[in-house]
Amino acid sequence: MSGAAAAADPHRLGRSSGHRHAASEHAAGGLHAKRIITGYGFWIFLLSDIIMFSAFFAAYAVLVGNTADGPSGKDLFDLSNVAIETACLLFSSFTCGIAGIGAQTRRGSWFYGAMAVTFLFGAAFLALEIHEFAGLVARGAGPTRSAFLSAFFTLVGCHGLHVTAGLLWLLTMMAQVYAKGYRADILRRILCFSLFWHALDIIWVALFTVVYLMGAGQ
Amino acid sequence: MSDFDPEGATDVAPGEDDAESVLTYVVGLALAVLLTIVSFFIAGTSLVWGPSIPVALTVLAIAQMGVHLVFFLHITTGPDNVNNVMALAFGVLIVMLIMAGSLWIMSHMNHNMMPMEQMMQMQR
Repeated sequence: MSGAAAAADPHRLGRSSGHRHAASEHAAGGLHAKRIITGYGFWIFLLSDIIMFSAFFAAYAVLVGNTADGPSGKDLFDLSNVAIETACLLFSSFTCGIAGIGAQTRRGSWFYGAMAVTFLFGAAFLALEIHEFAGLVARGAGPTRSAFLSAFFTLVGCHGLHVTAGLLWLLTMMAQVYAKGYRADILRRILCFSLFWHALDIIWVALFTVVYLMGAGQ
Repeated sequence: MSDFDPEGATDVAPGEDDAESVLTYVVGLALAVLLTIVSFFIAGTSLVWGPSIPVALTVLAIAQMGVHLVFFLHITTGPDNVNNVMALAFGVLIVMLIMAGSLWIMSHMNHNMMPMEQMMQMQR
């Protein structure tokens, strides 16, 4: 193990010194091992983020009946709007995967094009959600109306904040690739961003099922 | 994994792409679109027996999350993915505990609570 490799992996997470079997193979490469460790660490973060969302989901499921004689989900939700939001997020997840492949294979047109499409779909999703929220507040069904609506705005709004953060991150990644090229550290960040964006779509699947579809069908 | 060694398979990061995996994303997108359409159809239809709808929606949502995990996040059951799957399994366990535990305890508490009118009368 060279000095540089030791510095890059001080706790020998790749377990590289001495015995040589397949598990230690990637540590010899250094860069490849770091990509695995970064991805795994970000995966742990995403799972903890999902656990945080599960607490909001639990709060929503407990409070969904407490409408304080106000409107319930059946009165408020517009499923065609939700269907368009779902389509936006699903296609943005797909183009985000294409952008990841474009970055891996250093095809600039794929990367920039797919990232731009991802941004547009994500921004369209966010615009629809803000429009929905504004409509609810205008009808007097804001987060202060009932425990149900407090839980609804917290849960859906928290996902919306994640999408907003994801959009800012997306623009940052495009700028970083433009300024610094497809360096190993930039590619690791693109991997993490892509994981984040796909995880948001998974949370949205749970969200449109539990909140909108079950809420509208009550 | 052509040179698979059972003693120590190499790991892959979650979300790691093969260079030519566009097809994976296309298949994943097709399956996800299909499941989404079925979900929205079932939620709005009267063709299905009413009480079964939430169960069907839950099953469809779990299936779609599985599609996303496999085709978009590339979480598989392969030997190079054991660490990712173990972390996922632990996450799912905690999510289940939070959801089921909250619903169970809170429904019992609702059940055992004094009705609001009686409570108001006692405070007079």
